[in-house]
Amino acid sequence: MREILDDIERWRHNNRRIAVARVVNIEGSGPRDPGASMAVNEDGEVAGSVSGGCVEGAVVGEALAILHGDMQPRMVTFGYSDDEAFAVGLTCGGIIHLFIEPLNW
Amino acid sequence: MADTPSLYEELRDRIRSDQPTGLCTIIDGPNIGAKLLIAPDRTAQGTLGHPELDRIVTRDSLAELEAGRSGVRHYGPHGQTTPEDLIDTDTVSVFVESFAAPPQMWIFGAVDFTAALAKVAKVLGYRVLVCDAREVFATRRRFPMADEVIVSWPMPVFVERGTVLGPRDAVCVLTHDPKFDVPAVMGALTTRVGYIGVMGSRTTHAKRMERLTEAGLTDPNEIDRLMSPIGLDIGARTPEETAISICAEIIARRTGRKTPSLRDGSGAIHTAE
Repeated sequence: MREILDDIERWRHNNRRIAVARVVNIEGSGPRDPGASMAVNEDGEVAGSVSGGCVEGAVVGEALAILHGDMQPRMVTFGYSDDEAFAVGLTCGGIIHLFIEPLNW
Repeated sequence: MADTPSLYEELRDRIRSDQPTGLCTIIDGPNIGAKLLIAPDRTAQGTLGHPELDRIVTRDSLAELEAGRSGVRHYGPHGQTTPEDLIDTDTVSVFVESFAAPPQMWIFGAVDFTAALAKVAKVLGYRVLVCDAREVFATRRRFPMADEVIVSWPMPVFVERGTVLGPRDAVCVLTHDPKFDVPAVMGALTTRVGYIGVMGSRTTHAKRMERLTEAGLTDPNEIDRLMSPIGLDIGARTPEETAISICAEIIARRTGRKTPSLRDGSGAIHTAE
């Protein structure tokens, strides 16, 4: 969170809607620990990261869906290999649980 | 308009001023997204939806903050934590995120290696203090990357401020000068600091250990706290490479990984390439 505050503040100043994604849990091998965070604004600009670059693209999609949709927070999981899974995985084979929410608190 | 700051604004200001803070967020269950902002020095703000849940989560998150840990915890809707209480009831998953104050690195000795080590330590997120008794060396101009540069003998610094050091912190003694090394090491040993590294060749190290013994250091458990000579045996030569070997050793000691520390080997520290 610390490293994305400057970008968030700039976007807030410009009245952009913002979503924040945070790693809350990892199973197996994961590149970033709980607390790693990434912010996305309604224009699709990005700050920070939640993995080694494997899932950031999909997180932007989820964040934009929230910002342009129901504005509801949700859990998103990457790395499962079954049908429930998102198409995006982690090359390291781990599972990453993210909480994505609008920054309206 | 003097609006009361939002939880985010409180969090932002506390993170920026390095005040320890915890952000607790319901990530699964009723009231998803609800938040509680906790801090050791003030009452919690916000709510997770039930006063008893708030009370228990505050208690737990203060402990997590103390340890600098972040993770998901599960509760009953009224804060129940025992497994029997959670059977046949909705559970609430709370992400407890700790924003601990940054770890500290105290570097004794304002030498060539100090600037390189301070630089690498800053990259790793340390709050860096540089201390030397020699006024001409311990200057802000020589160490602009340090958070604090002080002219002092080591012992007063440990007496006045040593209690703030804990397991996440590091003391690195780089002077090679027994007049300064010995009190710095003895001072560091009075604290709970997690890492104590002392620079020097194997000859310097041997002589220093004699001086430390004379100064009263005989407890093997205390001697075992010293990483001397400092750093991992990666053949580092420049100040910058040495800084990497020191910081890598600090990381490895924290994570408990088996890595070749110079302390545990023998032979020349620097070999011709």
